[in-house]
Formats: sequence, structure tokens, C-alpha cells
Amino acid sequence: MLRELYVIFVSFLRTLGALQLFFLRVLQNSPGVFVKRFGLVAHQVHNAGALSLVIIMVCGLFVGGVLGLQGYSNLARFNAEDSVGTFAAFSLLKELGPVITALLFAGRAGTALSSEIGLMKATDQLAAMEMMAISPMRRVIVPRFLGGVISMPMLTAVFNVVGLFGAHVVAVNLMGVDAGAFWQQVHSGLDMSDVYEGIIKSVVFGVIASLLAVWEGYNSIPTAEGVGRASTRTVVETAIAVLIFDFMITAVVI
Amino acid sequence: MSDSSDNIVEIRDVDYSIGSRQIFKGLNIEIPRGKITAIMGPSGTGKTTLLKLITRQAIPDRGEVIVDGRNIAELSQRELYELRKRMGMLFQNGALLTDYNVFENVALPLREHTDLPPRLIRHIVLTKLHAVGLRGAADMMPRELSGGMERRVALARAMVMDPEILIYDEPFVGLDPISMGVIVRLVRKMNDALGISSIIVSHDVQEISTVADCTYLISHGRVVGSGSPDELHNTSSEVVRQFMHGMADGPVAFHYAAPDYAEQLLGRDAE
Repeated sequence: MLRELYVIFVSFLRTLGALQLFFLRVLQNSPGVFVKRFGLVAHQVHNAGALSLVIIMVCGLFVGGVLGLQGYSNLARFNAEDSVGTFAAFSLLKELGPVITALLFAGRAGTALSSEIGLMKATDQLAAMEMMAISPMRRVIVPRFLGGVISMPMLTAVFNVVGLFGAHVVAVNLMGVDAGAFWQQVHSGLDMSDVYEGIIKSVVFGVIASLLAVWEGYNSIPTAEGVGRASTRTVVETAIAVLIFDFMITAVVI
Repeated sequence: MSDSSDNIVEIRDVDYSIGSRQIFKGLNIEIPRGKITAIMGPSGTGKTTLLKLITRQAIPDRGEVIVDGRNIAELSQRELYELRKRMGMLFQNGALLTDYNVFENVALPLREHTDLPPRLIRHIVLTKLHAVGLRGAADMMPRELSGGMERRVALARAMVMDPEILIYDEPFVGLDPISMGVIVRLVRKMNDALGISSIIVSHDVQEISTVADCTYLISHGRVVGSGSPDELHNTSSEVVRQFMHGMADGPVAFHYAAPDYAEQLLGRDAE
């Protein structure tokens, strides 16, 4: 029993070490790829970012709506329903925006990235690139990583804006909170440090989600089952890592 | 130094294992410059693995792989890529990039490694596609191609940089007789006209006999026969004869190692 735990622990540490080395290689190649192969990066921003917009906006709208409802019904007990703007903005910008966007990103774009790379590996496309002296790291991995990292803060911003709109629709249009009071509360309840916190989180989560997606794809077992497993692991690992890092960043910032 | 050697590739005393399974033990092969060399052997003897060792997609556990006078295990990434620019490889399944069309697949190495103007790239790519009979398929996507067509596009891509070494992994599988004849002649013609050194992995005895200058037969991790196809056909070695003449009985077992047949069917495992 103890021996098995030890083996699992050691293999976990090994994987973590390999992931770090992989991350360093990705970082090392990132500036060159960003400058010399911007076309590839832009294509991936479209793939990972623009194509995730619909799911992000729909979810943002309803999350904002729920915040409007919950905020109104709870704050009304203390006759503070006008503060629903602060409540919604605070929750969205600092926590829900970055976290839910990252989780949705992992499900929509992360799985697509890892299975795409996994399939490229299974069909020898990565080996063929290696043989043509074209680095798969620079041509496949890094552009996808950068595409994800660039997309995430933008998607989070869209999620927040649409979420605030949803909260506004519910609180103002349905529940009758005064529109002026709502926006005044949003404005006065937040300061720039809250916005920065959200931005920092979205960048960190973007790195985590994109890194895990390309890592799992690149290291997948080149079979149908292996590629399927890689995309599942991408979602699971991203969800866990994002929530852990969310707690750590919040603890540091507060 | 490399010019003085007659061999483009030398494999010296190589051991290689995948997991606990030993693929090669003390393997020695010399591949002459400017010739067509065939590597043959039964399925599962590690022929594709051998190509991986020659191209450093894998590194041997022991021994040396010398390509054009240099031990490739010692090359830096940059030097390795420089060497690979002078190599073309045809993968067993074609390995075309699925998000590019046929033209872009063949043009990719030129776009990556040269500053040629687009018109010239177009010219070269169409010439290579014409050579494999697929100029008309330039705008098609890989998913629209048959297996044989995919392989021919991959061949055009492998030769687009005019390599000095061309490596073919099972080039004749899945080709119809007409394509096969054309490709065999193309391999021969490229070799003779451009002085390319070709390495062909195959178990297609008949086709190899018509095209290869020299042949190595591998079995159980080592070379069991070598020479011209004629020499191998007329050899006295039982292993070589069995393979060259496709005989079921002989030193090479058709069955993978397994427990006794009757015992396994009737034994406790069956329950």
C-alpha cells in the first residue's frame, strides 16, 4: 500500500517536472513564434477565441442573470437591493468571470487543441514535420499555446460585459431596480485593483488551460483511446488547476 | 571527410529496445552512396524502427548510426535539422498535414526553408506533382484522397527539396499496378538521374527485386542475409530462402510466440 503510494507520488513528481521543462521550452520559443509566425498565432486566436465566443456569451448572460436574481432577492431583505450592481460586478470581475471562462475554454477549446495535436501525432504528422526539419514545437505547439493565452483575457472580458448586461436585464428590467442606481453601484463598488485581480487571474488561467491542452495532446498515446483520454484529462486537470490557482491568487491579493 | 566514404549510412553494432522487447542486437548495416538499398524482413522485425534510428527519431541504446560521415547521436538540434533538410522521407501512411491541401503540403518545405518567389514555388510543386501523376489533384484536401494517392503526394513532398537521401517506408503498399509501375520507375529514375541514395523498407519481394541494387534481410534483430536481389534469391540460407520464396515452413515462425495451442484451448484459461 505504502509502496504503491510512493510510486504514484514519484510518478506525479516526474510528470510535474516534465511539464515544467515543456513549459520552459514553450516559453523559450514563444517570442520568436510571436514575431516571425504571427499569422499562425492569429489563426489560433480565431480557433480558440473567436469560435468560443458563442458559448462564452450565452453562459455569461445566464450567469449574470442568476447573479441579478440572487443578489436582488437576498439584498432586498436588508433593503439594499440597489447594491445588486456592486454584487454582480464584484462576483463577475473577481471570480466568476475568469474561473467560468477558463472552465468553458477547457471544455470548448482545450479539448479541441489536445485532440487535434494527439491526432496529428497518431497520424505521424508531427514526425513528418520533424523529418522536414520543421519544428512541431514552433509550428504546432507554441502558436496554439499563444492563441489560448491571448484569447483568454479577451474572452473573460466579453464574459464579464455580457454577464453585467444579464444582471442589468434581470435587476433593472425585471425586478425594477433603478438603472442609475445599478450603474452607480457598479462604478462606486469597484476600484481598479479588483479589475487587475480579474485580469491577472484570466492571464494565469489562460496559461494553465492552454499549456495543459497542448501538453496532453503532445504526450497522448497515439491511439484512438489515447487521444480520447488526453482530451478528458485536459478538462479534468484544467478544472482542478484553475480552482487551486484561483484560491492561491485570491489569498495573495487579499 | 564525408565525400571520401562510399557509404551514406553506416549502422555499427546497434542495440535497441522498446520497453523490455529487444528489437535489434548487434545490428550492422552499410548503405552505399548513390544506390537503392532495400531493407526487407518479416513483419514486426523493426524495419520502421530502423528508419527511425537512421533519421534520429530514435536513439540506439548502444552502437553508432553514422549518416554522411557523422554520428547522428552527437548532432545538435540545428545540425540535425540541417541534415534532415537533405533527407526526404516517405511515411507508411503518407502523413500529410490534414489542414492543408495537396499543393500546400508539397510546398511546405519550400516555404519553410527557402526564400523562393511564389511563382517559382508553384512551378516546382507542380513539377513534382506531375511526376507522381497528381498535378490535377493540387487543390484537393488529404481527406479526399485514396490511400495510394496520399502516398504519391507524400512522395512528391519528400522529393520537393531535391534531397540527397530518400527514405521510403513501405512505398508500394496500397498502390494499384499502374501507379506501382510508375512509382518504381520514378524511384529508379530519380536515383540514376540525380544521384540520390535511396533506402527502401518493404516486404514486397517482387518489386524490390526489380528496383534495388542491394538488399538486407533482417530477422530477429540482426541481418540474416545481404547482397543483390539475385544473390538473395539463389542463396543457400534457409531463413533467406523462406522469406524470398514466401514459404510457410522454415526457421521464421509464422505464429507469434504463444503457449501450446491444444493446452490453451482446453486448459483452465478457457473457462
